Amino acid sequence: MTPIDAKRPLQLNDQGQLRHFLSLDGLPRELLTEILDTADSFLEVGARAVKKVPLLRGKTVCNVFFENSTRTRTTFELAAQRLSADVITLNVSTSSTSKGETLFDTLRNLEAMAADMFVVRHGDSGAAHFIAEHVCPEVAIINGGDGRHAHPTQGMLDMLTIRRHKGGFENLSVAIVGDILHSRVARSNMLALKTLGCPDIRVIGPKTLLPIGIEQYGVKVYTDLEQGLKDVDVVIMLRLQRERMAGGLLPSEGEFYRLFGLTTARLAGAKPDAIVMHPGPINRGVEIESAVADGPHSVILNQVTYGIAVRMAVLSMAMSGQNAQRQFEQENAQ
Amino acid sequence: MTLSILGARVIDPSSGLDQVSDLHIDAGKIIAIGAAPAGFTPARTLQADGLVAAPGLVDLNVALREPGYSRKGSIASETRAAAAGGVTSLCCPPQTKPVLDVSAVAELILDRAREAGHSKVFPIGALSKGLEGEQLAELIALRDAGCVAFGNGLKSFANTRTLCRALEYAATFDLTVIFHSQDRDLAQDGLAHEGAMASFLGLPGIPETAETVALARDLLLVEQTGVRAHFSQLTSARGAKLIEQAQARGLPVTADVALYQLILTDQALVDFSSLYHVQPPLRTQADRDGLREAVKSGVIQAISSHHQPHERDAKLAPFGATEPGISSVELLLPLAMILVEDGLLDLATLLQRLSSGPADALRLPAGQLKVGGAADLVLFDPKASTVAGEQWRSKGDNCPFIGHCLPSAVRYTLVDGHISHEA
Repeated sequence: MTPIDAKRPLQLNDQGQLRHFLSLDGLPRELLTEILDTADSFLEVGARAVKKVPLLRGKTVCNVFFENSTRTRTTFELAAQRLSADVITLNVSTSSTSKGETLFDTLRNLEAMAADMFVVRHGDSGAAHFIAEHVCPEVAIINGGDGRHAHPTQGMLDMLTIRRHKGGFENLSVAIVGDILHSRVARSNMLALKTLGCPDIRVIGPKTLLPIGIEQYGVKVYTDLEQGLKDVDVVIMLRLQRERMAGGLLPSEGEFYRLFGLTTARLAGAKPDAIVMHPGPINRGVEIESAVADGPHSVILNQVTYGIAVRMAVLSMAMSGQNAQRQFEQENAQ
Repeated sequence: MTLSILGARVIDPSSGLDQVSDLHIDAGKIIAIGAAPAGFTPARTLQADGLVAAPGLVDLNVALREPGYSRKGSIASETRAAAAGGVTSLCCPPQTKPVLDVSAVAELILDRAREAGHSKVFPIGALSKGLEGEQLAELIALRDAGCVAFGNGLKSFANTRTLCRALEYAATFDLTVIFHSQDRDLAQDGLAHEGAMASFLGLPGIPETAETVALARDLLLVEQTGVRAHFSQLTSARGAKLIEQAQARGLPVTADVALYQLILTDQALVDFSSLYHVQPPLRTQADRDGLREAVKSGVIQAISSHHQPHERDAKLAPFGATEPGISSVELLLPLAMILVEDGLLDLATLLQRLSSGPADALRLPAGQLKVGGAADLVLFDPKASTVAGEQWRSKGDNCPFIGHCLPSAVRYTLVDGHISHEA
C-alpha cells in the first residue's frame, strides 16, 4: 500500500500549461521563463499612452483578500484592468471561528456570479491549494499570498527585477535577509532562484527567524550579515513585522537593526553594482536604512512597476490554460 | 445462543495458543476449545477454514462523540464501525460535551453502548473537572460508574504542582492515569511536526521536544508519586526511548501508539490535505521507524486507532482551520496487518499488541481466548483483502486510507458470543 498520494500538478492542465498559480513548487524552468518573457512584453504596454490589451475582455476577475494589502491588491487590480477584464475586489474580514466557512461560502457565492478567476490572499498556509482543489476547480485561482507558505507572483516579480538588472541568474549570488521563518516571499524566492539556476542563494538571519530544514531549498545559511553579503549581486531585504518582538524571537527592533539592518556601510561589502530589493512595505530604520532604500542601488520602486507586468502575465497565462483545459475536457466528453 | 466455529486457526497470544481447532460457545462464553463437550449441539455453526480466530481487538482510544457531538458520530455508529474493524472492547476518551467528569455522563455512555450492543465500552474519565487542569474530577465516583482510567487528553494542567497532586490522589486509590504528553507552550499554535516539511509548507511547527520534554517530566512525576501510568499516542522515536529507559529502570509504565503513526509520516502533508491533520502530529520517517521498533520490542505494548470521526465541514477548510483527527477504527485490523505484510511483526505479536497488550495496560477484562471467558473474538481471512471505504459505517469519512487495498478481511466479530459484525 502507498498511503501517500502521488503529488499531482494541481496548477497545471493536461498540456502542462498554467491553470492555477498557487506556488512555484513543481513548476519547470521553462514555465518560469515564459512568465518572465510574457511579463517583459507587458512592460511595454504599461509604457503606452493607452495601457490596455484585450486578452481578458469579457472575463471577470475577483480579488478576494482575507488579509490586508495595498500594493498587491492594487497591482492585481491594475493588471486585470490592463488586460481588459472586469474587476471586483472584496476585502473579507475574518473571524477566527468561522474562517473556513467564510472562505468556502464566499468563494462559492462569487463562483455563482460567474467569476472566471480569483486572486486570493489568505492568512492560512495552503488556502489557495484548498480553494483550487475543493472549492472552485473550474475557476482559475491565483495565490496572492497564503500564510507563510507562498507568494508566487511576488517571487516572479522579484525574478523579473533581477533578470532585467542582471541579465540572468547563472552567475549570481543572491542574499535574502531577515525574517525568513514567517516569510512567504522568501520561500517563493528561494524556489524561483533555484529553479532558474542561481548557483549561490544565501539566507541571512538569526536562528529564531530561520525555519528548520531550510537547507532543503539549496541555500547557504549565514547568521552574520557582513559575511553573508560579501560579494553578492542581489540583496533581498524582508519586512520585519513588529509583532516578532513578542514571544522571544528578538529582543528589540534596535538590536535587529544593529545586527541585520542594511546600511550603506554594510552594503559596501556587496558587489559595487549590487541591487537592493524589498517586497514592501519597508520599515525604515528597522531592516533598512533610508539612505539605502532611496539610494542608487535600490530597485524597490522598479519592483512595483514590474509587479503589474508579472501579474498581467500570470493572469493571462492562467486564464488561457484554464480555457484550454475546459475545451479539452469538453472535446473528450464528446 | 450456542455456536460452534469449526476449523479456524485459533491464535491466543496471551497463552501462546496457535493451532487449527474448533471453538464452542454457549451463553456468551467459550465453553471449549477443540472437541465439543458431550451432547453440545450448537444452534449455529460457522465453517471457518482458512480464517484466523483471535481475541476480539481492544482499542484504547475511540472517540464516540456522544454526548455532545452527534454531527461527528454516535455511540451506535462508532461502535458499529469498531465491530467492523474487529474490535470487541474499546475505551472512549473524556472529550465529550458535557465532559466525562461526572458519573452521569459515564452512565449515559454505558447505557447507550449496551443498547447498541456492537462493542463493549470502557469509558476513560476526565482527570480534572472540565479537562481544565485546575480541579480534580470526582475520580472515585467516576470509577464506580465504570471509568477504567483517567486522563486529561492533550490539555495540560494549569501547573505542575496541580498535576502532581492529581497523580498522588489517583495513586492513593490505585487508579490508572493516561498521559498524552505534550508541552503546551512548545506545541502552541503548531499544526505539523517541526521539520523540513512544515517549513516548506509554511505551517507552524510542533517540535519533537513538545513530546519529549513533557514526557520526561511526566515520567519523573510518575516515579515520585508511584501512580499507575499509561502513556498514550506516542509520536517520536525519542519519546519511545524515554519510555524504554523508564521501563528499564523498573518503572511499570505502559504505552500505546496510534496505528496511523506507524504507517504515515509528515511527508503526507504535501499538498495540504487536511485528512492528515492530526494532533499530536505525524512525524518523520525516523520517528515512524523508531515507533515501529518499540512496538516490535514490546516497549509499546498497545496499538490503538485513536479514532476521531468528523463531519465533512470539519475538514473542509485550509489546513490550519480544520479539526485534527482520522476516522479509522473500522479499518483497525486490515490497517494493522500492514505491519505483518511489511515483515515487522509476526501475526501472533501483532494480535498481542491489539488485544492482550492494550487490555493489560488498562487492566481490562478482555483480550484473551480462554475456556470460561467471554466469547469476544474476531474471525478474519489473512489472505483476503479489504478495499477501504467500500462500505463505511462511521459517521466520519475523514480517513486518508479510503480507496486503498489493505491486507486481510474481517469476516465475523463476536461480542459475548453474538455476532456484532458479519461480512
